Amino acid sequence: MDQLVLDLAALIAMSTPLLLATLGVLIGERAGVINLSVDGSMLLAGMVGFAVAFTTQNVVFGFVAAAVVGALVAAVVGYLGISLGLSQTAVGFVLALLCTDLSSFLGNPYVQQSGPAVVAWPIPVLADIPILGTILFHHDPLIYAGLLLVPAVAWYIERSRPGLILRGVGERPEALYARGIDVVRVRYTAVIIGGALIGLAGAAYTLDLKQGWTYRHTAGTGWIALAIVIFGAWKAYRITFGCYLYAALQTIASRMQVNDWNVPTQVLQVAPFVVMIVVLAVVNSLSTPAVQTWIVTIPAPMQRLFAYITSPAPASLGKPFDPAG
Amino acid sequence: MHISIRNLCKAFGNVVANNDISVDFAAGQIHGILGENGAGKSTLMKMLSGIYTLDSGAVAINGNEVLLGAPIRSLQVGIGMVGQDPLDIPVFTILQNIAAGAQIAGHTQIADSFAAWNALLGFELQPHLRIQQLTVGQRQQVEIIRLLITGSQVLILDEPTTGISAAQKDALFGALRTIAREGKTVLFVTHKLDEVAALCDTVTVLRAGSLVGTQAQMPVAKDVILQAMFGDRSAQASFTVGHHHPNGTLWHLNDVVMQSANLRLGPFSQEIAAGQIIGLAGLEGSGQTLYLQHLAGMRLPRSGSIRFLNRQLVGARHDAVYLPADRLHEGIIPSMSLVEHVQLLHKHLLDPGQTARQKVLQLIRDYNIKATPDIALELLSGGNQQRAMLALIPESARVILVEHPTRGLDAYSAESIWHRLQERCTRGTTVVFFSADLEEVMTYSDAIIVFYGGSLSRILDRDTLTEQSLARLIGGVGFAEVMQ
Amino acid sequence: MNNLRLARAPLIAILVALLMTTIVLATTDAEAISAFTVMFSGALTSPSRVADMVMLAAPLLLCAAGLSISFAAGQYNLGIEGQMTVGGVISMAVLRQYADGGNVAVYWIIALLAGALAGAAWAGVVALLKQYTRVSEIFVGLGLNFVALGFSLYMVFGPWKRPGVASMSGTEPLPDSLWLPVIGTTRVTLITPLVAVIVLALFWFLLRATQWGLEVRASGLSQPASRRLGVPAVRRMIQAMLVCGAAAGLAGALQVLGVYHALVPNLASGIGFMGLLVALLINADIRFVAPLVLLFAVLTAGSIQLPLSLSIDSSISGVFQGFLVLAMIVARAFISIKERA
Repeated sequence: MDQLVLDLAALIAMSTPLLLATLGVLIGERAGVINLSVDGSMLLAGMVGFAVAFTTQNVVFGFVAAAVVGALVAAVVGYLGISLGLSQTAVGFVLALLCTDLSSFLGNPYVQQSGPAVVAWPIPVLADIPILGTILFHHDPLIYAGLLLVPAVAWYIERSRPGLILRGVGERPEALYARGIDVVRVRYTAVIIGGALIGLAGAAYTLDLKQGWTYRHTAGTGWIALAIVIFGAWKAYRITFGCYLYAALQTIASRMQVNDWNVPTQVLQVAPFVVMIVVLAVVNSLSTPAVQTWIVTIPAPMQRLFAYITSPAPASLGKPFDPAG
Repeated sequence: MHISIRNLCKAFGNVVANNDISVDFAAGQIHGILGENGAGKSTLMKMLSGIYTLDSGAVAINGNEVLLGAPIRSLQVGIGMVGQDPLDIPVFTILQNIAAGAQIAGHTQIADSFAAWNALLGFELQPHLRIQQLTVGQRQQVEIIRLLITGSQVLILDEPTTGISAAQKDALFGALRTIAREGKTVLFVTHKLDEVAALCDTVTVLRAGSLVGTQAQMPVAKDVILQAMFGDRSAQASFTVGHHHPNGTLWHLNDVVMQSANLRLGPFSQEIAAGQIIGLAGLEGSGQTLYLQHLAGMRLPRSGSIRFLNRQLVGARHDAVYLPADRLHEGIIPSMSLVEHVQLLHKHLLDPGQTARQKVLQLIRDYNIKATPDIALELLSGGNQQRAMLALIPESARVILVEHPTRGLDAYSAESIWHRLQERCTRGTTVVFFSADLEEVMTYSDAIIVFYGGSLSRILDRDTLTEQSLARLIGGVGFAEVMQ
Repeated sequence: MNNLRLARAPLIAILVALLMTTIVLATTDAEAISAFTVMFSGALTSPSRVADMVMLAAPLLLCAAGLSISFAAGQYNLGIEGQMTVGGVISMAVLRQYADGGNVAVYWIIALLAGALAGAAWAGVVALLKQYTRVSEIFVGLGLNFVALGFSLYMVFGPWKRPGVASMSGTEPLPDSLWLPVIGTTRVTLITPLVAVIVLALFWFLLRATQWGLEVRASGLSQPASRRLGVPAVRRMIQAMLVCGAAAGLAGALQVLGVYHALVPNLASGIGFMGLLVALLINADIRFVAPLVLLFAVLTAGSIQLPLSLSIDSSISGVFQGFLVLAMIVARAFISIKERA
């Protein structure tokens, strides 16, 4: 029981970088921009964040620097994808590899150095609640911030008016343009804010959860973040669920190594990907015309359930917008 | 709000869409803007609503000149437009659609304002339904309310009655009268005479990009308006270009209903004979494309049956070739050459291209295409692309279904396209085409089908029509008598 | 004059990449000139270094050639790393059946074919899910990369565990007799580059001279138009992915037979992704695959000497390659914008 509580607490802590990165990706994609550079962005931002914190001996400066790096990479994606209309996939992929190598090269002097890190801060009173206190309130400020960001982003996208405009731009930019919205500016803003979050995700590793810097420090978290956003159907809470599910399966996998069960660790570690692919394939099959004609014949609450799980990608995801056309 | 337009000009490349247009629209009235396809109505309205910039000229509101050129500026001065295909966001609810946008009037209580307008205009919209659940007519109603809530004083409607039901049309007209009574200016763009007669206070006619005469107060006699819309052409004698004699029935349509996302034709029954040229006339978007795609077997009817050569049509056929309007995207592969296209059509596992090249050289001669065999088709002029498309239709095709066969072509190219089509027809191919150009339909068809307001006419013998009577039918005058 | 115009984009891209890389190099004590010298010529200074370069170029060539087919069909095959890994694992499964005295050549051929088939199957999953359930090929491809890595790790640490302790260094090496023969004392196995070049020639022929290749290209350029012209577009797109996967799987099998002589967990080690970079750089034009693969192999192999000779990290070659591809994409875009205006 105690072990389970500690595992859950660790799960919440370890999911923070993934959570930040997925939320960053989510914000950009809801406005219609794919930032495929996530993994490289996280590495470069995490490395720079660590270097700045190491040099200034101040973690806050480190996080600020990381956010700026993430935002800058996103701005490049924005310029090439939005302003020049290039393939966002191609540009993002190249940037992912470029930033990875940049982080390896520039981060060389910082490998294995020990630098400052975020300090734990159990929340007074709340931390003493049995079980729940340990799971939720025995962390550090970054982890609390990550937890709070989920409802904040969900509220912003699904409930606020700027979020409504953001979603509109991702769905049908020409309609928002006709309504007097500066589509290009909304898209830039979204992808850059998303990029800053991705940068923070990188620093969350180097300054908090896997303190210090080594090559390829994030171990592919950025690619996983991109997959989880698709799995989470571009909805903040489902994405959060995806993050924890992923982390939970990873935790179980590492437990298996100790316990002498028969399911191999490696199989469990890749299980989330298989689950994600199968779920998406099934969900997408549900939105084929044949199934859709059947769905309209079932009771309304069931229809809403189907609509929820088959919610499609933003209609203009990855498509350039030309006001003259 | 009173709008004054002075000396407005707009050209796209060499094509003049609006030529020196000056006209006033007074507040509190419904102004009809009439003209046939391509007369320049939409261009004028898109300039007012900020989607297009003006080349020259000025627009003043209540006597003060305003700077347009972006939708946000038009909205700020109070001009809003409802497009033919409403620019809304399908996955949003009605209220979300209204809230998503620059809120010029600064309304915060959108739900309340919505309810008030909904009641005032007599609409029955449920604010929490999603746009994708609505009909085109309902989407239009949402757009109208949205513009009113955001403070529009001038409301532009571009062909609003295309694809909506009769009941919705009545609701729309009632709402527009209410809106005008509120002191707002309504600009009603249409090609349907009777709608102008029923609804509008004034009428302004455009033809070939220019204003015809001046704005007139309704009522105006129909013949006067027709004369303004179509000019002297209607007085021309109808001329004959070789007759084709139908032989045998090609299609049997039995109680067919054709349906797309926002259009429904039928139920109707028809028999279409082979070996003739059939022209489809009517405003663009009245169902001609839907009709052609059904004849081609690319779409299957919602109900009823279509038989082709006495066999049930179950899918696209090799011998029924369909040439879509958007040829550059759906008809040809722009970056590939004629040789490559011919190779795609005539399958050989390994072809060094020599036989294909011989064939292409032959086609280039036969169809008078100004091109080398290996040049990418996107680099050819429009006329040459069009001829290349025709050349690529195999001789074995029994049927050619074509949208806008000569759109964007000069007179010489257009004539040479028709020369080829007629040759094909003489050799037994049936041609069904749809054109926005009345003269083209009258000149080349053996038989004509008119599309109007979600219905289609019987197959009419061309010789029983004149360009003027056809223009009337397209405008809905006397359509009921020829309806299927 | 026309040649100069065609050379504009690459020239600009090379200058920009050199400039950006110089700026990055300025953060170290190393002189940019010496760093570039090592990068561009380091791989050519001794036979054994040329050998390393060739052994890197061969699988890269296979991947880039395969990708020029999948790109021609309009597909982003980001799953190529996984296809390569699975090819390696399955070829290993074949080779482990070998007992002393068996016919080595037969095992080689079966192992290579099995690797290619496995890679194709792995790509087939991506292609089928994309065409029939509309799941993005990028998503499935990336996901299956992780799954392939897990599969490979499982084999290394599970069923094919080394006697004693399993480690990241891989399985027990294959018997010497199964190793592909090398040229002289170098590490080059003649068969590896030979297979790569033959496959490149075959793909070039397929893409440029057969009806199939024409149909693949047509499907990638416009699905509605190619269907109208009678091309089975969906089938061609799936086939293009299968062919690309087969090339990647073959590359994986060759890595097992000719380089590692064992199954190592991370068999693909970024070669597939580098192939994607090459493909993006040359717009997936198969005519330029060979020279650019050579350039990337020279740069990557050359930069391995940087830590020793100049005390800087070898990842600078990746930095240069990344800037080169990015600058090339941007330069092409600017030139086409200017030409349209």
